Parts: sequence; C-alpha cells; structure tokens
Amino acid sequence: MTLDAYRCENGHVTYPGHTRCPDCGEPQTDTVDLSEETGEVVTWTTSTATPPGVREPNHLAIVEFEVSESHSDGSSDSSAGVDGETVRALGQLTTADGVEIGDEVEPVYVEELREPGAGIREPESQEWDGYRFEPV
Amino acid sequence: MDRVAIIGASMTQFGDRDAWIRELLAEAGDSALRDAGVDGSDLDHLYVSNMASGEFEGQTGVPNALAHDLNAVPAYTARIDQTSSSGGAGIFAAWQSVASGASEMTMLVGGEKMTHRTTGEATDVIASLTHPVEYKHGVTLPSFAGMTARKYLDEYDAPRESLGKVAVKNHKNGLDNPHAQFRKEVDLDTVLDSPIVADPLRLYDFCPITDGSAALVFCPESVAREYTDDYVVVSGVGGATDTHVVHERDDPTTMGGVVESSQIAYEMADRGPEDIDVAELHDMFTILEFLQSEDLGFFEKGEGWKAVEEGVTDRDGDLPINTSGGLKSKGHPLGASGVAQAYELYQQLLGDAGARQVDAEVGLACNVGGFGNCVSTTILEQP
Repeated sequence: MTLDAYRCENGHVTYPGHTRCPDCGEPQTDTVDLSEETGEVVTWTTSTATPPGVREPNHLAIVEFEVSESHSDGSSDSSAGVDGETVRALGQLTTADGVEIGDEVEPVYVEELREPGAGIREPESQEWDGYRFEPV
Repeated sequence: MDRVAIIGASMTQFGDRDAWIRELLAEAGDSALRDAGVDGSDLDHLYVSNMASGEFEGQTGVPNALAHDLNAVPAYTARIDQTSSSGGAGIFAAWQSVASGASEMTMLVGGEKMTHRTTGEATDVIASLTHPVEYKHGVTLPSFAGMTARKYLDEYDAPRESLGKVAVKNHKNGLDNPHAQFRKEVDLDTVLDSPIVADPLRLYDFCPITDGSAALVFCPESVAREYTDDYVVVSGVGGATDTHVVHERDDPTTMGGVVESSQIAYEMADRGPEDIDVAELHDMFTILEFLQSEDLGFFEKGEGWKAVEEGVTDRDGDLPINTSGGLKSKGHPLGASGVAQAYELYQQLLGDAGARQVDAEVGLACNVGGFGNCVSTTILEQP
C-alpha cells in the first residue's frame, strides 16, 4: 500500500490528486508516496458526534509532509520539484493522547477506516482503507 | 439600470416541525406572496433552495410540487443546491433572473426538513459533500470546525472564552426572534461546561438540526413601486468557491470564498465593509463568525475575536452581527438559512424587526456552504 500524493510537471504536489493541478492547471503526471514519511500535525480534533459506521470518539488531524525530490519509481530529478514544497493530508489519529500542534506523526495502514455501507455513501464508489497517523 | 427589489419576505417557525418539505416550502411561499400582495399566477420564475430533500425524505422535484401547490404553474422552476449556502445561491439565481430581464416576478423559497433523522444520520448527509479521502476517515463538518478553531486559537492567541461569547451573544439576540428554534439565554459557563463535540468546541458552539423554510419575492424596482413603498434593493451579490478538499487551503483560518464573494458584492454595490450597518453571518459553528467577520473585511485577520469580546458586534454595538440570533439560536434548516438571513435584513431595513431593531440602511448576509467550499454574499439596502 502507498499513500500517494500527486505531482504535476511544474512540481506542485497535492493530496488527493485532481484532474488538473489546482496551482497551474497542468495534468498531474507523477505520484509521491508519503506512507514511509513522517509529517507534522497542523491541527487536530477529537470528534464525539460521529456518523453511522465511524468509531467514537474519532481523532482526526491535518498533517503536513515535506516532499522529497525522488520519484515514485525511485529515480531523482531536481527539475521536477519545487524547493520547500509541502503537501497536507487529513486522516484519523491512532490516539489523541498528548498530541499537540507541531508533533511528528507517521502513517500506519488500516484496512477499514469506517464501516462501508453504514453511512449514506455508496460502498462501491470509493475505497475505505488508508492510513491513520501515529504519534512518533 | 432598473435595480432588483425585494417586495415580500417570510419565514416559518424554525425548529422541530411536523410538516414535511412540501408543506414547509408552501407555508413560507404562501406567506411571502401575501406579504408582497402577489398571486402565485403572477410568478414568472420560482426557485427552491434545498440541499437534500431526496436524501432526507425521499422527495425530489420539490420546485415543481411547489409551483403546483401555490397556483404558480406554468412558472419556470429550478432547484438551487449549494449545500448549506443553497439559500444565498438562490438569491443569486433570483437576482439574475430579474436583472437579466428574463423574469418580472420571481419568488425564492428555501427549506429543509431534517429533524426526523438522528443527529448521526443528518451529520452524515451533510458530510457526504466531502471528498472520498475525507469521507472515509469519518470527517464531519463539526470536526472541520474543531480543527479550525484549535488552529485559530493557537495562531492568534485568542482565549477559548471568546468563542463562547459568540454563542452567548447570538442566543441573547434569538430571545427576541419569535421564529427562532431556541429562545433561551445561555451564560458563558453553560457554554464552556457543555459536552465536547469536536474538541475544543462544545455543544453550544454548534447550531442545532432544524426544520424550516423562508421566502423572498423579487422584481424590478420599477415594478416594485406598483405594489409597495416598503421594499429593499439588492445592491450587491457575489458567489465564489474555495477548495473542495479542506486541508488543501494554504491558510486554514481564511475562507477564500468569503473573501472573493464579498469583493464581488462590495464592488457591485459600490460599498465597502465600513458601509455595512448590520450583518447576518453563517455561524453554523461559533468559530465561523470570527473567520467571516475578518474575511469580509470588518476586522483585521486574527482580530475578530476581540470585536466580540469588546461588544462591537452586540445588538447595540457599532456593527451588530446576527441580530436574528444567527444559525446558532434561530436554527439551520440547510436550504432555508441563506434566505432567512435576507429575511432578517429585510425586516431590519424596513424597520420591522421589533425588539431586535437596530439603526441600519445597509445590510450584508454571508451564507457559507460546506466548510467554506462555496459562499454567497448579498448586500441589501434601503431604496
């Protein structure tokens, strides 16, 4: 499994991907796997009023990753990246105990983040596995 | 150019209603037609602002149902869905229909029926607007509010109590609104001691789940004078979007759609934030009142909380915000809320707001969909 961010030829990176780059409108032609990286908590919450099929309480964070220059195929191309490019992702936290803004977290794979079909979203319309963030 | 006038307005009782969506819409529509002195058969266009009647109730096609129920056939109808900002988007559509010359008499009715669902189900219907990578984590609109509030308090060194004071102020205002869901004062301790919903936000930082409807009747100003001297003018209206995926915004404490839509509205009205006498903001969560009051240009970034602390936004302050009680105490029937904001301004500008009355010639309403994903800003004025 990978946690893929998407990069256009001008080096802008987004998570998730879009049909056209939100910064420059070019197609996104490359992916950047964040699953082995550590990120920094931008902000977080513990939600106690959760929808059907969602764990309660549900700890959530927005996490920011520095994007390295290496490509998903392992090659490196300094022209493909923008210096200091960062990308953010939203995800569940494994725990909120002691978590503060600025803390380091790492992605941990989970097969089912919420129960497919318990909520209103058509189960077949999207994936339900992904990554929680674990404080380092 | 012939300006666009509003010659009639109404809102139903907001709260836990027995009526279903068709009945709610018809109730508000009928009242607004009476207020305007217009018959259903006089309508050229009839718009319905509604987010999710199909998902909530299994009733789709509500604009056509309403046209039939109000003797408005063969008026052109359309449903305007922009999630929580459907009402503001409906004002934009109604304004366009008259300003373009396509319609000489347009009614907008906004409504939603929600309370028959559990809180979890209703929250899920609303959360279904999120991207799959957000939805699979169980994110809700309240949890976006919690994350944004934490960031705001941290970034601008604002005290937690300042958020609570938004709830206290808006509940106090709602006490004098006969249509409000809650007509109950709350003190700061009650807010700060209420159960956590999305840390650091608590129950009283959130608006309730609500049934209700509101309506407005639009026509060219030249036609308005045939009906009444008591009308208001839509001097500015603007709509804009921000990112669908909330975490992709550069600054989590700025709502780009509020900034962009208000600039369009200010320019159209030839007004600026300093000209606004009264404002209805989308306080679905207390933190949103801070963000909008800053992104609309009323206060510097990071200073909105001080205005609430200093009473600037109280009913008797320099810039009263949410004299209606806001979504916080009035309630938030999704598709109705933007329309009901304009109803409050209509009453304020005509001097019909009773105990809530403030001195105002120019009013602004900001209606926010998603978590700032789409926004409409409307400026109404005395003629």
